[in-house]
Amino acid sequence: MSGSMIHAEGLTKRFGTLTAVDQVSLDLEEGEVFGFLGPNGAGKTTTVRMLTSLISKTNGTALVAGCEIGREADELKLRGRIGLLPENVGLYENSSAYQNLEYFGQLQGLDPVTLRRNVERLLRTMDLWEKRDAPVATFSKGMKQKVAIARALVHDPILIFLDEPTANLDPEAAKMVREVLLGLKKEKRTIFLNTHNLDEAQRVCDRVGILRTRLLTVGAPRELEARMSGNRTVVRLDRVSEQVVRAVEARVGSGRVEVSGDQLLIDVEDADRQNPAIAETIVAAGGRIRQLTQLSTSLEEVYLKLIHEEALPA
Amino acid sequence: MRFSQAWLIARHDIRLIRSRKGIFYALVAMPLGISLGFSALIAYIASSGGPTAASALPPYIDAFSFWFVIGAASLPTSIAAYGIVGEKVEKSLEPLLSTPTTDGEILLGKALAAFVPTMAAVWAGSVLYMGLADWAVWGTFGYLYFPNLDIAVLLLVLAPLACLYSVEVSIIVSARVTDVRSAQQYAGVIFLPLILLYVAGELGKPELNDTNLLIIGGVFALIVLALFSTATRTFHREEILTRWK
Ligand SMILES: Nc1ncnc2c1ncn2[C@@H]1O[C@H](COP(=O)(O)OP(=O)(O)OP(=O)(O)O)[C@@H](O)[C@H]1O
Ligand SMILES: [Mg+2]
Repeated sequence: MSGSMIHAEGLTKRFGTLTAVDQVSLDLEEGEVFGFLGPNGAGKTTTVRMLTSLISKTNGTALVAGCEIGREADELKLRGRIGLLPENVGLYENSSAYQNLEYFGQLQGLDPVTLRRNVERLLRTMDLWEKRDAPVATFSKGMKQKVAIARALVHDPILIFLDEPTANLDPEAAKMVREVLLGLKKEKRTIFLNTHNLDEAQRVCDRVGILRTRLLTVGAPRELEARMSGNRTVVRLDRVSEQVVRAVEARVGSGRVEVSGDQLLIDVEDADRQNPAIAETIVAAGGRIRQLTQLSTSLEEVYLKLIHEEALPA
Repeated sequence: MRFSQAWLIARHDIRLIRSRKGIFYALVAMPLGISLGFSALIAYIASSGGPTAASALPPYIDAFSFWFVIGAASLPTSIAAYGIVGEKVEKSLEPLLSTPTTDGEILLGKALAAFVPTMAAVWAGSVLYMGLADWAVWGTFGYLYFPNLDIAVLLLVLAPLACLYSVEVSIIVSARVTDVRSAQQYAGVIFLPLILLYVAGELGKPELNDTNLLIIGGVFALIVLALFSTATRTFHREEILTRWK
């Protein structure tokens, strides 16, 4: 396994006539944190369930942690290599945090010594060691979420799936869980993170994919922002003259320059390369530049734009 | 299928059940009640029956013994229902299914969690019953009535089969409901054939002798097998995650 943790091609799931996930292809490298973004019903949970071999796929193939999904001989091996935090934490409420982790460690076939060591280490990391014997029912939502994350890690999986770990948490609890995520990132864990929260995705993920039944785009958050926005340079001048506009058009191509008051809006392909030349051209044409900026789009705008476009009838 | 994995699940379920006082007490109280109550009745009939007691007693004793079969069928329903409905309520089936455990191992674990404590209780109760009954009728019969072939068939064939049958029905029913109470209500139909059998036995047709008990056992075994295939089809991860409510 040279680095590839997930290699999915054309993954599709239909429930009767409803296509929940359509032709999703994606790759995830070892040590990477991948954010899977999408609105309610986009198919995030369904994708994770297919990748963790909890439900069958209708079509496509995927190699996950070196195991082929849908291949019966690989299933147990796969589930021993991955950890899952499901959408609903699903803890045994009347059992203690320790007992919850212990049970899953046993199901994962850990020997008693490793089991005890891992459970203690995880509960300490999660700041729950002091409360290890209290029934989970007495815990706050954020604490339960941490127990469930610890449960997903108890057998030291090489790949972790987290399905919306901060959804339905108050801001403080969400922050607590997000810190755990950043801690996992620092440990260079490979994580597949389903989330609604764009800010979280931006802070935690190396790359994100935006899903709405189909995978609309994949890339590093900055790259996506740049891909959509970076392509407009805004120059504010003392005064916009005909001469300046013509000179810039000659430089970048006609139809790419728009005048708005004392500003020039210029479509560019590669801002870093073109902006200095644009500035030179304007100065040479006698223009006086007050400000030159790049119109930037946030990940949120990228997301909304894509999701919105997709909502329009084709 | 790894028995050790199934046993891990069974042990976990049994631990959870122990904290449910109602279920735990029923497990102790019912076999104990059957033993003490019926052996007291036997002692009473023996002491007040006079010279005819020796011929009047055996049908009573055999009928009383049958109650251990009924106990074996009634006790596991609530454990089996909790084993499934409890996981549904806590939404813990998805994480459980994400561990390296097969559907069959989970199902077997759930069945063992209900079967093992029930049969332990039933057998413990029946040993007490046989001892007390022997003690009560020793003077009347002049020999030890128990153990005999009839009760051996009842306890070693019919009771375990009745228990399995009841576990399977409870699991199948629990998959379709969302609370333990309604699971138990539906699973109540379990007793119908057993009670009919009991009443028929009391009326003497068919007579519940060892041959007939074995035939009944054979029929039960077929039902248990048929239910087993239904249970495995119901307890399938795709079904559980996409259809169960
Ligand atoms: N068992 C099922 N049977 C039928 N349809 C289903 C089933 N599970 C999911 N779906 C449908 O598949 C689509 C994708 O659902 P999924 O739960 O994967 O979305 P999601 O992205 O996880 O949404 P959320 O953000 O709400 O968790 C939805 O339209 C949903 O209604
Ligand atoms: Mg979801």
